[in-house]
Amino acid sequence: MSSSNRSRVTIDVDGTRYVDDVEPRTLLVHHLREHLGKIGTVVGCDTSNCGACTVLMGSPDQPQQSVKSCSVLAVQADGASVTTVEGLAGPNGELHAVQQAFHELHALQCGFCTPGMIMSAVDLLRDNPDPTEEEVREGLSGNLCRCTGYQNIVRAVRSAAAALRAQAEVLAEVTA
Amino acid sequence: MTVTENPTPMGFGRMHRKEDARFVRGKGNYVDDIQLPGMLHGSFLRSPYAHAKIVSIDTSAAEALPGVKAVITGKTLETLNLAWMPTLSYDTQAVLATDKVRFQNQEVAFVVAENHYIARDALELIEVDYEPLPVVADAKQALAPGAPVIRDDKEGKTDNHIFDWSAGDAEKTDRVFAESEVVVAEEVLYPRVHPSPLETCGAVADFDKVTGKLTIYSTTQAPHAHRTVYALVAGLPEHKIRVISPDIGGGFGGKVGIYPGYVLAIVGSIVTGKPVKWMEDRNEHLTATAFARDYHMRGEIAATKDGKIKALRVKVLADHGAFNGTAQPTKFPAGFFHIFTGSYDLEAASCDVTGVYTNKAPGGVAYACSFRITEAVYLVERMIDVLAFELKMDPAELRMKNLIKPEQFPYTTPTGWEYDSGDYPKALKLAMDMVEYDKLRAEQAEKLQRGEYMGIGISFFTEGVGAGPRKHMDILGLGMADGAELRVHPTGKAVLRLSVQTQGQGHETTFAQIVAEELGISPDDIEVVHGDTDQTPFGLGTYGSRSTPVSGAATAIVARKVRDRARIVASAMLEVSPDDLEWEKGKFFVKGDPDQAKTIQEIAMAAHSSLELPEGVEGHLDATTVYNPPNLTYPFGAYICVVDVDPATGQVKVRRFIAVDDCGVRINPMIVEGQVHGGLADGIGMALMQLMAFDEDGNHLGASLMDYLLPTSLECPSWELGETVTPSPHHPIGAKGVGESATVGSPAAVVNAVLDALKPFGVRHADMPLTPSNVWRAVQGRPIRTDLAIS
Repeated sequence: MSSSNRSRVTIDVDGTRYVDDVEPRTLLVHHLREHLGKIGTVVGCDTSNCGACTVLMGSPDQPQQSVKSCSVLAVQADGASVTTVEGLAGPNGELHAVQQAFHELHALQCGFCTPGMIMSAVDLLRDNPDPTEEEVREGLSGNLCRCTGYQNIVRAVRSAAAALRAQAEVLAEVTA
Repeated sequence: MTVTENPTPMGFGRMHRKEDARFVRGKGNYVDDIQLPGMLHGSFLRSPYAHAKIVSIDTSAAEALPGVKAVITGKTLETLNLAWMPTLSYDTQAVLATDKVRFQNQEVAFVVAENHYIARDALELIEVDYEPLPVVADAKQALAPGAPVIRDDKEGKTDNHIFDWSAGDAEKTDRVFAESEVVVAEEVLYPRVHPSPLETCGAVADFDKVTGKLTIYSTTQAPHAHRTVYALVAGLPEHKIRVISPDIGGGFGGKVGIYPGYVLAIVGSIVTGKPVKWMEDRNEHLTATAFARDYHMRGEIAATKDGKIKALRVKVLADHGAFNGTAQPTKFPAGFFHIFTGSYDLEAASCDVTGVYTNKAPGGVAYACSFRITEAVYLVERMIDVLAFELKMDPAELRMKNLIKPEQFPYTTPTGWEYDSGDYPKALKLAMDMVEYDKLRAEQAEKLQRGEYMGIGISFFTEGVGAGPRKHMDILGLGMADGAELRVHPTGKAVLRLSVQTQGQGHETTFAQIVAEELGISPDDIEVVHGDTDQTPFGLGTYGSRSTPVSGAATAIVARKVRDRARIVASAMLEVSPDDLEWEKGKFFVKGDPDQAKTIQEIAMAAHSSLELPEGVEGHLDATTVYNPPNLTYPFGAYICVVDVDPATGQVKVRRFIAVDDCGVRINPMIVEGQVHGGLADGIGMALMQLMAFDEDGNHLGASLMDYLLPTSLECPSWELGETVTPSPHHPIGAKGVGESATVGSPAAVVNAVLDALKPFGVRHADMPLTPSNVWRAVQGRPIRTDLAIS
């Protein structure tokens, strides 16, 4: 039940490679939190509803997309690359546009849904760089928040979308 | 970015939160983030039965499992005299069941193991032999002759009665009713719901055998009160207990009381000599921590034919579950329910509340209820609409006609509350203007012609928050006053220490703004410390929207004390009399000579220097205070909800929600708005989807987020907010509490809107939650029993 039955997993998390032996039943969220010290990703339920544990996960042949890490086994993430909220800020600590917008538009209170909400929003904006309000609400419907009533979250995601589009335009001009 | 500059106002105003920097980076520090050397993990075995005798418990297989360090049962706790603990209502609650279990998922045994996976494995190996007993699942059956006695642990207890409590003048009320032209009665249920913060409850207990000191990190809204209770229960000396409430992932009243898990983490740490973490899962949280509401109310309203309301009378049957663990001031077993006359000028009112035991989890006061004001406001706002239905009057007109007028404040209600201030007609008019009320009514009529059903619902509420005056209000004998300490360092930076405990309400930002307003020190230069009982002054914590009324007042006063000291120091620096100085935010200057000035920062340095100070002045720049509020604060609001209802499916779509709130002076409008948004989402949840139902065997239906539905971004509309400002005259900065207003005020607006849409079907009342099936039943004229699944 304990140490005898373990599998080796190699997972890149926020740009660092981690090699560990885990029990096959270990959930990815617990592996991240308890073995790798990535406690920024949290657990809010036990039925995969709340999305507080959302991270981005991809593989060499598949781009990263949002997953509820409470519903993924660590062994399933073997060979994957994972981005958590802790890996989102730039090398000098500058906030990602979504993080910045959450702060400026007061899109968080207790902060518990925030890591998962931000990761879902990042994923949403990669798929849809200019979402309508309805599209944002639909895109975040897998993430529960008990504090904000969602409105400032929706505003923040749309504001971040505008900022990211502006950044992309600048980048396109520079490289053109 | 589309947003404006990032202002740091030197006082009140919109300011971005200081807390955000860590939370948006995943650098918060919640209880489950805490890892201590050698830390073990605990988990509960819980009862599958709602009511059953425990014949035997066999823990041998669990104890033999590698990695298991201890298995604790009620028998173990009995030897420590800890099998039962006192509740916040002077009742007792089983920590681990000894004689029998009294609700499903009650705590039966506790396993401590190397990690939580092993702990869960071990739970499967514990054998419990139960003998099932008849169940009381329905509060209405609790007092029936022959009902099974749930609390046979209490000596001489032969029924399930907990208390009777009354308020108001019953005789006068009966007289007014007898003389009134119109009397309408209605059965109104406020069903059992749950606050369900996204972070569940948990603790890490660390008992140091060498020093005898217990440190417990826990999800508590009231760390100082917890420390005192631990001292009283466990017999540990209070100075050897340190309660640390780190970042809390939402509380909403669910983290006020002490749960068996906290006690077992402590016992586990004492038994094993290692730190022990207990973190419950969502199913445990929903089924075993404090529920909210569960008030079965029979309201009666008396009026004249033209709509002048004369009196209100209410009988309440309160379902408290198996242990009376309700958290409220000692003298108020039904909380502040007797504020149920609401915002209206009545001649008389009275209420009778009876509390009963049932085979369910304890609780009652939680989920932003301000001590049962949710129930009170829902009752009166529903009864007003019931009366409007019978009189065929517009509900807005009926309210406008009966609102207490601005010149009547301070206003004493028929049940004895003294409302501090209010301009109700102005707030209602603003909400009606915002929603374009007359236009909406015309649209509604037009739609009805086409067979479309829309509804407009109004709720006008008066809250009572800021418990409270020590003379009347205490919790387990602890008076509800709160301390504050302010220390200005030599370089002019400051530390403010508070007894209240934020769970997301932004105290680290707004309390710094109060000091900034009073002293002219930038909020960025003020650190707010809270949640550590070794580091902060005593006080009762954050719930009942009491932080701003009580601790906010303490903060303004302690800052003014520091300013008084600063005046003396400045007078020594400038060699003038203190009376010759004038204060301008951030500095003292000599009257008539503004160039002769000393900033608060210069004064702080001088206060720590060799400067000679007048006799009796000790130097340094700090102060402490305890604030004992003279009264509650009474914020109010006018809410209007617009819904579309499909009678064929029962589907309700909330199209618009207008919320006008008046909480007096707004310290940080951005944060107030966020509080309101969150509370409005609660209102949608309670009105339309949330329910903790039970079957006749006491099985908890709705014990996970698969069935206990929390609103997502899709069910919430874009909230439309308005404000008026009527300061509290007795509060040092004129601010009232507001955090719970929207949760208190909004459910009635949603329900009134749905029932307004169903008026053409002759539906006068239907109980929450107005799920599609319940709305459909109402349309069909079928009865609804939402408190039990066996309708």
